Amino acid sequence: MALLEVKDLAVSFVTRNGVNKAVDGISFSVESGKITAIIGESGSGKSVACYSMLGLVPMPPGRIDGGSALFNRQDLLQMSESELRKIRGRDIAMIFQDPMTCLNPYMRIGEQMIEPLVYHRGVSKAEAMARAVELLGEVGIRDPETTVNNYPHEFSGGMRQRVMIAMALINEPKLLIADEPTTALDVTIQAQILQLIADLQKSRDIGVIFISHDLAVVADIADEICVMQTGTIVEKGDRAAIFDHAEHPYTQKLLAAIPSGGKEDTVEHDDTLVRVENLRTWFNAEGQIVKAVDDVSFDIRRGEVLGLVGESGSGKSTIGRSLLRLVPVTGGTVTFDDTDVTALEGRALKDMRRRMQMIFQDPFASLNPRMTVFDTLAEPLLLHGIENRKSVAQAVLKLMDDVGLVRSAVRKYPHEFSGGQRQRIAIGRALATRPEFVVADEPVSALDVTIQAQILELMQELGREYGLTMLFVSHDLAVVRHLADRIIVLYQGRIVEEGSGEQLFTTPREAYTQQLLSAIPGHSLGSTPAVS
Amino acid sequence: MNTDVITDIAQAEEGTSLWQDAWVRLRKNHLAVFGLVVLVTMIVIALLTPWIAPYAYDAQNLDLGASPPSAAHWLGTDVFGRDLLTQIMYGGRISLAVGFIATSVALLIGVTWGAIAGYVGGRTDAIMMRLVDILYALPFMIFIVLLMVVFGRNMVLLFLAIGAVEWLTMARIMRGQVQSLRQQEFVEAAVSLGLSPATIIRRHLVPNALGPIIVYTTLTIPSVMLLEAFLSFLGLGIQPPQTSWGLLISYGAETMEEYPWLLIYPGLTLTITLFSLNFLGDGLRDALDVRGSKD
Amino acid sequence: MGRFLAIRLLQAIPVILAVITVTFFLVRVAPGGPFDSEKAVLPEVKAALEAQYRLDLPLFQQYTAYLGDLAQGDFGPSFKYPGRSVNELIGAGLPVTAELGLYALLIATVIGGLAGVIASLRPNTPQDYIPMALAMIGICMPTFLLGPLLVLLFGIELEWLPVSGWGDIPGDKLLPSITLGAAYAAYIARLSRAGMLEVLSQDYIRTARAKGLPEWQVVVKHGLRGGLLPVVAFLGPAFAGLLAGSFVVETIFQIPGLGRFYVQAAFNRDYTMILGTTVFLSTLIVLFNLLSDVLAAWLNPRLRHQFGGKA
Repeated sequence: MALLEVKDLAVSFVTRNGVNKAVDGISFSVESGKITAIIGESGSGKSVACYSMLGLVPMPPGRIDGGSALFNRQDLLQMSESELRKIRGRDIAMIFQDPMTCLNPYMRIGEQMIEPLVYHRGVSKAEAMARAVELLGEVGIRDPETTVNNYPHEFSGGMRQRVMIAMALINEPKLLIADEPTTALDVTIQAQILQLIADLQKSRDIGVIFISHDLAVVADIADEICVMQTGTIVEKGDRAAIFDHAEHPYTQKLLAAIPSGGKEDTVEHDDTLVRVENLRTWFNAEGQIVKAVDDVSFDIRRGEVLGLVGESGSGKSTIGRSLLRLVPVTGGTVTFDDTDVTALEGRALKDMRRRMQMIFQDPFASLNPRMTVFDTLAEPLLLHGIENRKSVAQAVLKLMDDVGLVRSAVRKYPHEFSGGQRQRIAIGRALATRPEFVVADEPVSALDVTIQAQILELMQELGREYGLTMLFVSHDLAVVRHLADRIIVLYQGRIVEEGSGEQLFTTPREAYTQQLLSAIPGHSLGSTPAVS
Repeated sequence: MNTDVITDIAQAEEGTSLWQDAWVRLRKNHLAVFGLVVLVTMIVIALLTPWIAPYAYDAQNLDLGASPPSAAHWLGTDVFGRDLLTQIMYGGRISLAVGFIATSVALLIGVTWGAIAGYVGGRTDAIMMRLVDILYALPFMIFIVLLMVVFGRNMVLLFLAIGAVEWLTMARIMRGQVQSLRQQEFVEAAVSLGLSPATIIRRHLVPNALGPIIVYTTLTIPSVMLLEAFLSFLGLGIQPPQTSWGLLISYGAETMEEYPWLLIYPGLTLTITLFSLNFLGDGLRDALDVRGSKD
Repeated sequence: MGRFLAIRLLQAIPVILAVITVTFFLVRVAPGGPFDSEKAVLPEVKAALEAQYRLDLPLFQQYTAYLGDLAQGDFGPSFKYPGRSVNELIGAGLPVTAELGLYALLIATVIGGLAGVIASLRPNTPQDYIPMALAMIGICMPTFLLGPLLVLLFGIELEWLPVSGWGDIPGDKLLPSITLGAAYAAYIARLSRAGMLEVLSQDYIRTARAKGLPEWQVVVKHGLRGGLLPVVAFLGPAFAGLLAGSFVVETIFQIPGLGRFYVQAAFNRDYTMILGTTVFLSTLIVLFNLLSDVLAAWLNPRLRHQFGGKA
């Protein structure tokens, strides 16, 4: 008998615009001591399915249409709210995506951690606190006797997630539901948290539901994998079955979207377009100097894609912005085609801006919400006198064709598009001036995986077509390796290692690079994709 | 080729801007629509008062004295036999004028101040906003009373004084808007395209900061009207022969035991107007709130 | 904690000094001297009076002398009540106003806070609409209208409650306190509803529910603290508003408090009284603002580092 046996679970949302079937009859099971992963993109219903079983979906607008969820032979879906409450936090515990917002900022973590223990088991506060300290130590929080009295903001993101995990385990639950627990974290931290979850689950013999949008993340830890798309499970099976012989086209698409392998045709010549020398960009944050970029030098050759990799706080985005003069540079020079960009002002700077452009991370923030696609794309064309008022319409439509947007959408506003389409608009805007050099700052990290693959492909295509030189900034080594001719690894504002993708991946010299590489999720996938 | 382009553009689907979205949402909010209708009616009446008022403003009828509502005087008359409806209509002109003019003063100072502080940033911002903080700590209500005492009850001064109180919040809101917008990537994108600061402010910042400013303006008008009425009630605002709703309420309160209608009708008019403005402001806030509409 | 408070107090000093200076010079540049209205004052009497009130000194010396007096806690003599000092008048009015303000604040926070929290628990249902409609009435019904209407209804029509006075007849404190507190109860209801709705949609509330805590514990232990922070920050401005409101309420109900003195002084052009009361009330308001700021910051652990050291 499985620990949890879900059969034909169906959940819908009743809104003014009709009934939306969020979960449409899914069945899966979780065994003790095993990890079942539910994979799907945003809106696939993966979180709703798990939340609804525990009564955490507000009803209305939510509605359970049918099915059963047997946990210890009892049907969760038939339970009253007060019966469910006895199970939540005691037999079934949860951890969530963003450990910053999921811990109460007004309470010390100790007080928060002991709540389930005190409430469900009537343990005394002092006893519960001792248990909390013990667990904090077990999940790797240093000095737990003191830190148990800290507030959540006094921890880093990874540490907060450890606190969340400790809190979830305080009642020794039988089932743990982890909803995207590593999505908000840096890769090296992600690897640590994944390892921690796997270890704890083994040692305590508990069942885990691991919800994620990223197949690669669960590749190393999942026993069973269910792939969800628009409310249904399209394919399920053990890890090997999914990764080695996926049958459903959607699963194959997801697998193909995992970037892997190096770039096929790397550029090999020495014509330098951008030369960065001793670049320093320091910020003054409340009286303290933050050396975001500290004495960094590198070249970018004409026509190549240079990857810039690092975790949050490594200064990778700041370098991109410094090259384009979007942040004030503290020192050093940036030479673009024999001109020092850092010394340009006025007219000369404006002309230079035509030649170097940027693609931003968040397609929801990078487009002016009050301008139509037409206005957004026409603005750079008219500003730099590339087109006149008469000819601009044609140029805009041509751009839309190039980036794969339908012409009929030309008068629409950004909020009417999906994330991927918005990023296409943003790419179109960056390419409108026919720049020679583009900084792409995490251009796909805000997108669903299958959309990521499409956008990366588009960028590669357009890069060739427009003859672009590109600085590709990303936290994701796999994505960068797939795209870049050469890669620079950054750590805390300085360059750690530099080399071709091949060299970096096969023979990394520095310890930090090795650490980054081993943190890339999906080791068991090997270096070549299972589905080509 | 060019004709193709023209047909393509002509055949393009019309997009719906955030303003149109907001308008659709606002129209669904019955209370806000009610507020808008009442407000427009009040303004139209106020503008037309000299032509449509049932009696002359200064027409007294001492023989009649205070009389309850009747066919000749729909809302009754005051102790001098003056028609109350006429008084309320003329009073409305002043009350609404104070509301709109003082709010405009606040809008002008606050938006400019906040936009500069937010856009320039750094030390300038720190100094400008520190000043706002200091002024915030001042007891302005007491100061206005003082001003009215010292300089006499002067209408222009009243507008300026009230406007000077209300601009502080406006400045804070505008600064907050500009600051958060400046960090948005679309403004960075505009910089990287090579747009001049003036163009960025005009095309990218102002249209996006407008929503909260409109909402707050709608909510400032009632609080300004309340302030005027408060001063007039204390005898420190509008003075006879001019009148305002606050002054009428003040007179009504003095004689409410004998002639309750003199208190109730002006009070009702003021309350309904304040209601309408607040409903409209709340409705606009919901309709324009991007955060609320995303989910 | 001590250091933060000290810094904030030091910052308040220039504000208070500015208030004193502006008020002082405003009153002095006012057209017409205080003794102009008395028709037949002999020149020598006027000169003696002016000497007594130091009006014969150069303006700047008057100012420094006044500051000197203030430093010793002396607000000077009243122009209009010869023989009585501003200190005495403030001393007589303050306890009454303070008591009125306290009751009003109590009504405002307890009723307003409760109404807001209750409304936030079931948004867009009658449990939300009814208190919020009442709150809207409270906001749109100015004190000077609500007061007379309450008097008309409970005092004159129903004859349940006394219509004026303070502490003379049992129950005479009720109507003034309600009148003064109503608008602030309404504001606080709206503030706390908005604050609670914001907090209750946070992820950590979901965490609390996932722990299996009963709903009341979720609201009380995890919701209230963050939800009511805006209310705490509002208490400073509310205090200033209550003082201004007390002008009206004390006038309507003929209560011998500071507010009524202030309005009377304004009419009588009793300059030293206006000056003294303004300085006194302003200082009070500045300090109260400070207090509510400090309290709000202290309640928020993320801001508590300002107090220095670990909390």
